[in-house]
Amino acid sequence: MRSFEWVDAKSVDEAVSLLTATTANAPVIAKAGGMDLLDLMKEGIVQPARVVNLKSIPSLGDVKLDNSGMQLGALVTLAQIERQPGIRSHYRALADAAAHAATPQVRNAATIGGNLLQRPRCWYFRNEHFHRVTEADHSEHQHHAIFENQQTVMVHASTLATPLLAYDASIHLTLGKGASRSVALKDFLLPPSMTRDRDTIIADGEILTHISVPPIHPSTRCAYHKQTERDSYDWPICDVAVVLQMNGDTVASAKVVLGWVAPVPRRAVDAEEILVGRSLDDQSASEAAAAAIRSATPLARNAYKVPVLETVIKRTILAAK
Amino acid sequence: MSADAFEQRSLPAGIVGDAVKQVTRNVPRGEPPAWPANAELQVVGKDVPRMDALDKVTGRARYTFDVQLPRMLYARTLNSTVPHARIKSIDTSRAEKSPGVRAVHVLERLLMIAELRDPGDEASEPYPIVRFTGQPIAAVAATSARAAEAALELIRVEYEPIPHVTEFEDAIQSSSPPVFPGPTEQRATAGGGGAAQGLPQKGNLRGPSTGGSRGEIERGFKEADVVVEGEYRTQVQTHTPLEPHGIVADWRDEELTIYASTQHVMSVRDEAAEIFKLPKEKIRAISDYTGGGFGAKYGVGNYGTLAIHLSRKAGAPVRLVLDRREEHVSVGNRPSTLQRLKIGAKRDGSLTAIELHSFGTGGVAAGAGVGMCHHSMYPCPNVSIEHYDVFTNAGPCAAFRGPGQTQGIFALEQAIDAVAARLGIDPIAMRDKIDTRDADDVRARAAERRIGAEKFGWSRRRAPGSDAGPIKRGIGMAQSMWPYIVNSYTTCEIRIAGDGTVDAFCGTQDIGTGTRTVFAQVVAEELGLRAEDVRVHVGDSRFPPGPPSGGSRVTSSLTPAARNAAHAAARDIASRVAPLLKAPADELIFKKGHIERRGDSKTSLGFAEALRRAGIETLVHRADRRDDYEGYARKAGELNISPHAIGGVQFAEVCVDTQTGAVKVERMLAVHDCGRPINPKLVESQILGGVVQGVSYALYEDRRLDAATGVQLNANIDQYKIVGSRETPQIEVHLIELIGAQSSTDARGVAEPANVATAAAIANAFFNATGKRIYTLPMTPANVLAALRAE
Repeated sequence: MRSFEWVDAKSVDEAVSLLTATTANAPVIAKAGGMDLLDLMKEGIVQPARVVNLKSIPSLGDVKLDNSGMQLGALVTLAQIERQPGIRSHYRALADAAAHAATPQVRNAATIGGNLLQRPRCWYFRNEHFHRVTEADHSEHQHHAIFENQQTVMVHASTLATPLLAYDASIHLTLGKGASRSVALKDFLLPPSMTRDRDTIIADGEILTHISVPPIHPSTRCAYHKQTERDSYDWPICDVAVVLQMNGDTVASAKVVLGWVAPVPRRAVDAEEILVGRSLDDQSASEAAAAAIRSATPLARNAYKVPVLETVIKRTILAAK
Repeated sequence: MSADAFEQRSLPAGIVGDAVKQVTRNVPRGEPPAWPANAELQVVGKDVPRMDALDKVTGRARYTFDVQLPRMLYARTLNSTVPHARIKSIDTSRAEKSPGVRAVHVLERLLMIAELRDPGDEASEPYPIVRFTGQPIAAVAATSARAAEAALELIRVEYEPIPHVTEFEDAIQSSSPPVFPGPTEQRATAGGGGAAQGLPQKGNLRGPSTGGSRGEIERGFKEADVVVEGEYRTQVQTHTPLEPHGIVADWRDEELTIYASTQHVMSVRDEAAEIFKLPKEKIRAISDYTGGGFGAKYGVGNYGTLAIHLSRKAGAPVRLVLDRREEHVSVGNRPSTLQRLKIGAKRDGSLTAIELHSFGTGGVAAGAGVGMCHHSMYPCPNVSIEHYDVFTNAGPCAAFRGPGQTQGIFALEQAIDAVAARLGIDPIAMRDKIDTRDADDVRARAAERRIGAEKFGWSRRRAPGSDAGPIKRGIGMAQSMWPYIVNSYTTCEIRIAGDGTVDAFCGTQDIGTGTRTVFAQVVAEELGLRAEDVRVHVGDSRFPPGPPSGGSRVTSSLTPAARNAAHAAARDIASRVAPLLKAPADELIFKKGHIERRGDSKTSLGFAEALRRAGIETLVHRADRRDDYEGYARKAGELNISPHAIGGVQFAEVCVDTQTGAVKVERMLAVHDCGRPINPKLVESQILGGVVQGVSYALYEDRRLDAATGVQLNANIDQYKIVGSRETPQIEVHLIELIGAQSSTDARGVAEPANVATAAAIANAFFNATGKRIYTLPMTPANVLAALRAE
């Protein structure tokens, strides 16, 4: 790891002005929990001249939960999301995703903002060696995308993005001095890239301040499942979030979101359509799961992900029952 | 030794609590009398806490990374970025001028890898040919690790690429690029390694070696009522010790001190002596603590060679500790295998033919065999073995906990399970039928099967694939075998000072197994002291010679020498104290800190007081490890291999999610023998480690290389997956106490047999759960789903 400068930002405006000073030769990089950043620096993938610590900004760590929905400050940790009773009772899929991310130690430090902005866990991406080699030569695809994998085979790493997409979350960004904007999460995430230095639409100097999630209707049912090789700590083979609005015993509307199987978390629209108007049972869940995987285009060594995904979709739909 | 150097003794032998009978042995004269069973001993056989536990958990223990010497420099290594190339030139001039840099060294010769029988054109190469990505090329020593790293970026290496191959399937093709241009040898060095000499080599295929073949294989299959065939594949596993390889080299005044993370201080000294042409007495190797080695930490290696060169050039101590990537890539691994195994058996289970056609890929090193189990575990008149080492452009293999045997048992014990299933014989009854050699391990396994079956609830085992739903449970078992090895040249020295201080010395080392503790226990037993009253000194090449911590041979080699030295010291003390107590010396016993007359506890003196009153200043006694009372089946260098082996039987219960391919090992029972357990708690700890590492091998670990570049893609411990706390099954260990009447302590090792059977037991449980065989490791969802889909 190269030497770098460290600055504690006192305010959002100060952080923005520090980050805006970034240049190609002297990159300035924001740090929240620092979990992914430290990995990237150790691998030599990111070599900041200056690191701007956002943890010292007091206003970014709040959770607001009321009738109008939920606001999560960018510095809210995964451990908070996992443990806060209000989040769990209203947004169970999100709380479960947080609870199954990484390790307890990492969850204590990792933030929701950093989680959404983290870079892909692709073996090739994480290895400095391959930043000189084209993706076409990659052959070990066991953890790569099985959908929409023509442009890139990499998948977005955030598992919290999967339920947040199912809950229709929005991302709030600022360039300081009141200049802020909000975008739907589905428009915020970009397919990962070896050459771009981020996988979202966030601009140079821009700071993610908070995430907002619409309120939950009493008839909403939801579930989340992350399928891994190991239980203790592992990146997913796939993860699935299901959010259903029920009308009695029938599904009024459905969100089924699939993570780690496409470059960005993917709405399984075919599965959602099958569920609407049906009751939740083995038959409807099986049909929905089968529809969701129909357009899969697996690569060498990752065809196994298709039947695993189908199973996980079915089980997660039934778990939302 | 002449015949009169021996005496016939009648000694108890057998399994304590099961069947102990008197046997007659030719015992070297002067051997101490046989110990009774553990229950009657004071310190040996007891769960004495690990002596260095507190130092380790408080961080006081000094590992190599903690060694801090005045003026010490920090070294980092430059590794090749290509898998196969000639190095045309190396320019280190800019690195040498980089701030903080004190020395730069380019490696002249590579250790660990196979060498051309006829170097031909390569003899005139200016630098070693690059044969794997990550191969060490040069190193820099600087005033900080960061300065050394910055300097590495200034070294210019000009490569002339040569076509390469990283995948086994490609490497065995005749059209494959050859890793070596001609036939090779892998000579054993002080640092380990070694493969059979003079084998034919075609392209990347070196072999066949056919050791263990006998009888007529065709006739054996003709006589069989059933024939079971399978193609088993195992992956490359890297050692991944918690503490990476590391060395601090301190060359001054033509003397060399080496602090090493090692399994054998003597091999560090000897390999350094060989490479630097120094007399051995000018080198001192020290290893206070080693954070695991598993077979990969012998000698100074390439990194150590670089560190020593740098220290000599810079005139200062140099610390070189590998990073996790280097640890995965360049200092050893367990070879992958393909084993085509065909077994013929009679209706009653007796074996008529075993045919093995196997391949092992040790990267750029030979010695990727699949163990001796196929031809030596179960008697069978017709055996055909054909094994090939396959070279690839990948890091060299090294010994790894049960080298070859772990891979071999995975195939053999599944094949035996499959034969039993075909014949409708219970797998345990099948082993009762075929596990019949005349040896201790065989008798031990018979007891272990019986005990294990009862403890594990074997009678509740159902027919394969009994569960109706997608989640299927099953149980299975597999057997372990590892040679019982005794190391020549093992000497212990006991020094007893007049104030009662006891110091015990041996040039072995404690790599985390508890060697210090068992050493102290054995000495304490003879002197009637507590283990903590004995100060144990290991991990220094200036001590009397001691065994390497590998091959499960430390306790078997060390403890008889330790006991004999302590026994001699005790008898010496007794003869000096006898006049004070007015009792014959041979009636004095050492017990609970006292020296007293047998059966008369009033005629007694405290240990230290007795020494003082006898006017003893210092007593020094030394003893060697003498040969086993029944001798050895064969000798290989310093290895003496007993006709008796070490055994074990492991049982596994697994849960397979047949829709996601997730395998969970829920429970394991490991029933093992290790001769006399000197410290059952430490033995249990070794077995727990062996099982955990075995589960990890069975389910997760898998080195993956990128075929285009030879780069290891998962050279960390995030993506190179190792079993974690939640995947660790409930593990129960049961030990049997086996008295072999072979040495003065009758202790044997256990580290390797504890690891050897685990994957096979899990695989057999997988079959019982699903009705399908899992032929391929690791049991990842991809491999599991493929196995479940197979016909």
